[in-house]
Amino acid sequence: MKFLKQAVPSIIVLAVVVALWWYTVIATQSAIFPTPKQVVLGTLELASDGTLWQHIGASLMRVGAGFALAVALAIPLGLWMGWVHGAFVTLNPLFQIMRPISPIAWIPIAILWFGVGNASPIFLIFIASVFPMIVQTTVGVHTIEKRYLRAAENFGVPRSRLFLKVVFPATLPEIIVGMRIGLGVAWLVVVAAEMIALRSGLGYMIMDSRNAGNRYDLVIAGMIIIGLIGLMLDGFMRLLEGMKIVRWRYAH
Amino acid sequence: MPTKIKVDNVRKSFQNDKVRLQVIEGLDFEVNDGEFVAIVGPSGCGKTTLMNIIAGFLAPDSGAVHVNGVVRDGPNRKGIMITQQGSVFPWLTVKQNLLFGLPDDTPNREALADEYAALVGLKGFENNYPHELSGGMLKRAEIARALVVKPEILYMDEPFSALDALMSLRMQNELLRILAIEKHTVMLITHDVEEAIHLADRILVLSPRPTRIQASFDVPFAHPRRVSSPEAQALRVAILKELGVAESV
Repeated sequence: MKFLKQAVPSIIVLAVVVALWWYTVIATQSAIFPTPKQVVLGTLELASDGTLWQHIGASLMRVGAGFALAVALAIPLGLWMGWVHGAFVTLNPLFQIMRPISPIAWIPIAILWFGVGNASPIFLIFIASVFPMIVQTTVGVHTIEKRYLRAAENFGVPRSRLFLKVVFPATLPEIIVGMRIGLGVAWLVVVAAEMIALRSGLGYMIMDSRNAGNRYDLVIAGMIIIGLIGLMLDGFMRLLEGMKIVRWRYAH
Repeated sequence: MPTKIKVDNVRKSFQNDKVRLQVIEGLDFEVNDGEFVAIVGPSGCGKTTLMNIIAGFLAPDSGAVHVNGVVRDGPNRKGIMITQQGSVFPWLTVKQNLLFGLPDDTPNREALADEYAALVGLKGFENNYPHELSGGMLKRAEIARALVVKPEILYMDEPFSALDALMSLRMQNELLRILAIEKHTVMLITHDVEEAIHLADRILVLSPRPTRIQASFDVPFAHPRRVSSPEAQALRVAILKELGVAESV
């Protein structure tokens, strides 16, 4: 009930936006820009012939692969850089330079190295999401409260236990924040990458709809679907924040 | 009783930009095995620094701390520190916290953890996370985690200061109850003179910085103590007088 109450204002805003959109299209008698109704009909058309699901599946598969690779590298590397000062001062400048380079700028290189198949967008997603996760994991290790490390030192436990029971779980909340950022960026990038070189995916669907006869109803349908899936992906990551083992960090 | 801790001419200063701050100046005292020694002193006098040196977290500039006749060169599990802030790991349950310090080859490891959780009154809360506990329960968990590794010495730095007055008193009684069973050597830092009188066998009063021992009081009262008794109040006034606070009984 409380959730419903909170949702009411945002639903009103959405309704106002759709109404304005609809009114403007009719008032300006636009020949190309679609009404909300046309967008819904276009979406249903794509959904019923199955192409929509293929495009969504292709995009999600690429994000999944690139993001998984990035997680597999970023978390161990971030933990190592956070714990070993020498690793941090050696590698951090490099990553700080790489991080602000837009993943889009990597597209020509991705095509040069990996061609126009699936490997290119997977590489771009990897590049886009790996740096924020490395940085966030490193920050997580650096911000472990000293009292906990001292307590661990006091009990004189072996290194393996120190890492498994203190350093990793203490860093986990920051790792999850990094993963949220990383997955968000990955989803941004997959659409952009698919616009350039590929023949499947939501990004391709948008470009193809425009090129093949100005189907702007499908362009906007694609945009809305991208937004909704992005919201869902973020929702999954937020479920991770609800785990009991990290609740201490987010509770206040 | 044999000497447990010997503080031998310990000095410590901190360098802050161009200013050199002498915190501890030639401190000497001994703590006997099984003795409960409280240290009181004006705030900022270096009590915590002293405790960190004795527990092995800080090295003195000169002088040495001997524990069991051996020069201390770092913290170890024979002396566990309990601080005001607390350091119960928030990402582990009470039970996992208790198991943390126990080596894998400890006999009856799990049972031992349960036993100490019960000892401090946390039976039934073993699988709770710290953020699900009250401040007093968190303190109990911390004490249990320290005791379960069977330390010889407890270093307590304002352990109950973050608790409200009633809970602090309750935890003091709990501590006495547990110490009656376990017989540890305890060093307690506190700003609360009544707490010191309630708990300690001996009270050392430190001077302002650079700190040295200004006075030492034996607390000859048998447990359970009544801090409101005339003798205890007279002792309290005498200690407060050393701290520069004049008060009539």
